[in-house]
Amino acid sequence: MSEVVKLRKGLNIKLKGSAEKALDKLPVPATVALKPTDFPGLTPKLSVKVDAEVKAGDALFYDKYHPEIKFTAPLGGKVVSINRGERRKILEVVIATDENVGSAEFKKADPSSLSAEEVKEQILKSGIWPFIKKRPYGIIANPEEKPKAIYISTFDTAPLAPDYNFVLDGQLDTFQTGVNALAQLTEGKVNLGVSKDSAFTSLKNVVVNTFEGPHPAGNVGIQIANTSPINKGEVVWTISVQDVLFIGRLFETGNVDFTKTVALTGSEVQAPKYYQTTVGAPIANLVGGKLVDADYNQRIISGNVLTGTKVSSKSFLGFYDSQISVIPEGDEYEFLGWADPGFNKFSATKAYFGKLFPKKEYTMNANIHGGERAFVLSNQYEKLVPMDILPVFLLKAILVNDIDKMENFGIYEVIEEDFALCEYACTSKIEVQKILREGINTMIKELG
Amino acid sequence: MKFIKNFFERTEPLVQKGAKYHWLNSVHDGFFTFLYTPKTTSKTGTHIHDYIDLKRTMSIVVLSVVPALLFGMYNVGVQHFKAIGELASTGFFDIFLFGLIKVLPIVIVSYGVGLGIEFVFAQLRGHEIQEGFLVSGMLIPLIMPVNTPLWMIAVATAFAVVLGKEVFGGTGMNIWNPALVARAFLFFAYPAQMSGDSVWIALKDTDKVVDGFSGATPMADAAAGHLNYSVADAFFGFIPGSIGETSTLAILIGAVLLIITGIGSWKIMVSTIAGGAVMGLILNAFAGSAGLSPEVATYFSMPFWHHLILGGFMFGAIFMATDPVSASQTEKGKWIYGFLIGILAIIIRVINPAFPEGMMLAILLMNTFAPLIDHYVVAGHVKRRTKRAKVSA
Repeated sequence: MSEVVKLRKGLNIKLKGSAEKALDKLPVPATVALKPTDFPGLTPKLSVKVDAEVKAGDALFYDKYHPEIKFTAPLGGKVVSINRGERRKILEVVIATDENVGSAEFKKADPSSLSAEEVKEQILKSGIWPFIKKRPYGIIANPEEKPKAIYISTFDTAPLAPDYNFVLDGQLDTFQTGVNALAQLTEGKVNLGVSKDSAFTSLKNVVVNTFEGPHPAGNVGIQIANTSPINKGEVVWTISVQDVLFIGRLFETGNVDFTKTVALTGSEVQAPKYYQTTVGAPIANLVGGKLVDADYNQRIISGNVLTGTKVSSKSFLGFYDSQISVIPEGDEYEFLGWADPGFNKFSATKAYFGKLFPKKEYTMNANIHGGERAFVLSNQYEKLVPMDILPVFLLKAILVNDIDKMENFGIYEVIEEDFALCEYACTSKIEVQKILREGINTMIKELG
Repeated sequence: MKFIKNFFERTEPLVQKGAKYHWLNSVHDGFFTFLYTPKTTSKTGTHIHDYIDLKRTMSIVVLSVVPALLFGMYNVGVQHFKAIGELASTGFFDIFLFGLIKVLPIVIVSYGVGLGIEFVFAQLRGHEIQEGFLVSGMLIPLIMPVNTPLWMIAVATAFAVVLGKEVFGGTGMNIWNPALVARAFLFFAYPAQMSGDSVWIALKDTDKVVDGFSGATPMADAAAGHLNYSVADAFFGFIPGSIGETSTLAILIGAVLLIITGIGSWKIMVSTIAGGAVMGLILNAFAGSAGLSPEVATYFSMPFWHHLILGGFMFGAIFMATDPVSASQTEKGKWIYGFLIGILAIIIRVINPAFPEGMMLAILLMNTFAPLIDHYVVAGHVKRRTKRAKVSA
């Protein structure tokens, strides 16, 4: 049942600083941390106190409403601090790593020979479960629900995104084990979205769909919408490529191993390339000494420039992120910016001359280049969302808090990343992703 | 240039809430952001943003109107010297200068009044000054007869900005095209001054008009059953009419810019022109039917494509119907919206004797119906989506 889907809507943004296909191993970091703020809608409950010794795979905190969903230490060591923000909200649980502590023990077995319940229990206990997200809403999957399918996108079309063909080189067997485990969790199929010339087509026990086209073709939400769109009442689970490896390793070795490859990218990075580190690694470890000019005002982003989170160099890699992007902050005035012919300005519109002379790669900063306005232009968003959805009407339904309309306009099918390009291209500088998340939160609150 | 930035940065604290000059906040911000793109960086969502903003968008629209404006100035001169019989003996520069002197005050009044009101409203509401009027302020002079008194321009502009736009919430919220609201206001409030044959030509009482010169627009002539204009003059724009609307060529140059940059919807332009052409053909088909008076029959039989180059049809199709705020928002809706504008404009123009030109009313009418069109397009979209849900269930 393999399909080739050609998508025409969308936009590739070519930024300077894509990662060279070379991998460096970073030393084991002195500290790692989990940030409950990486999980939208989560109410965390701590399972450890400061000074407790934890093995890799021991729970640090759990979901208050689903205590079986645990968030575990990526590496063994000692809990050194629990940083809190306003109203004692937990921001970070930091562990000082100790190589002698090792990993918690789990069952080592071929997942195909285990029952679905055993597989589920092992993934929950090891703390890998939070890597499985559900659609609608893009939040951590509810283990009690029965998904109609599981979707994995094996390529990322976002600006400067890592190439998973390179990242997974030599690890496809482990990936296959992970896929076999996931196949136990659904009555439907595990669906792989692949690009042309993908190494992932050799996998078994999966449905492979090929997608061609500009970003957001690599977004799993777009792939679902163009093969088997989500209707009201249906649930689909998604997981990203490297997180499938964690599951594979868990069943192959009986230990947790949160080692992952992160692409360090962006115009402000001296030699952009791939680094092997771990979930929750400190940002300083990844970017320290690797930026062009450390004194210059830069923005470090955990994730890509469209959907990532701004982090300080004292912070830690986001739970789901496989990429760090560093761009100029750009908090400078520009004289008569609107009148510039713009030979160096990339734009989704054709209002700047840059469009006539497409350079290979652009440097872009975090300036929003204008002031926020009401919706004025039409058909700007529609051209960037390859789904059967009217983005502006959905956003307006959210703004007026009309749940029926949100449902009708397809809120179950989208999360922030699917509309990120709209926010990038918006003439009126509307905070599209924020509005969408507010709408999703309303849906969760009202309908559960 | 640095001292300008320093000046604005230094004065910024003085215009904050509670400070001495707080009532100048929006004006300060307006001028500062006009000269300098702000240094604001993204706080939520995407970290990079497109260079396009509303200032850029609007300045491109203004730029696309410039050919029509410049030609309009020239044509004001041409019509004047033609009327007094000195066209052949007057040089290009003098002709243009005459038009410039006539038209520039209208532009200044339109911008002055409109922006003044915008500033006041922005300050009252405590938001930034919005760029919408940069375009409206340019379009208003271009759809006025050159002899309109300046006080009328001022009143019409004030009416359009306040009741056509600000009462709805400002740029992006209005139902009708503000520039056309200004024109419609004058049309209905001062019908005596806004029609007839004398408003289209800039003449002083002391000027002596040559024998046989009427000053009527081809539209007025056509309604009276005379088709006396040359197609070339109508296309290039050497005919009497509102300041910016006469030259189809100058308007098409603007259209090319709007289409290339993607800022004006080509779908609306094409469908409006198609609607006009189709209605013209329908009228042609009925030109021979019995019971028509000879004048009407003549107008019916006018070649359909002449409708497109006469009067305000092309100006309306390119610059007015395409206003993204008052037009249909959905892509399917745009086809319907534009097509009906074309049809209605020609119907009003030819069949309704009270109105020699139908474009203004056709666009305002379809502005009114655009939300209804969108409603049905969106309802169709939702219906298809729910059907899909049932099929898979």
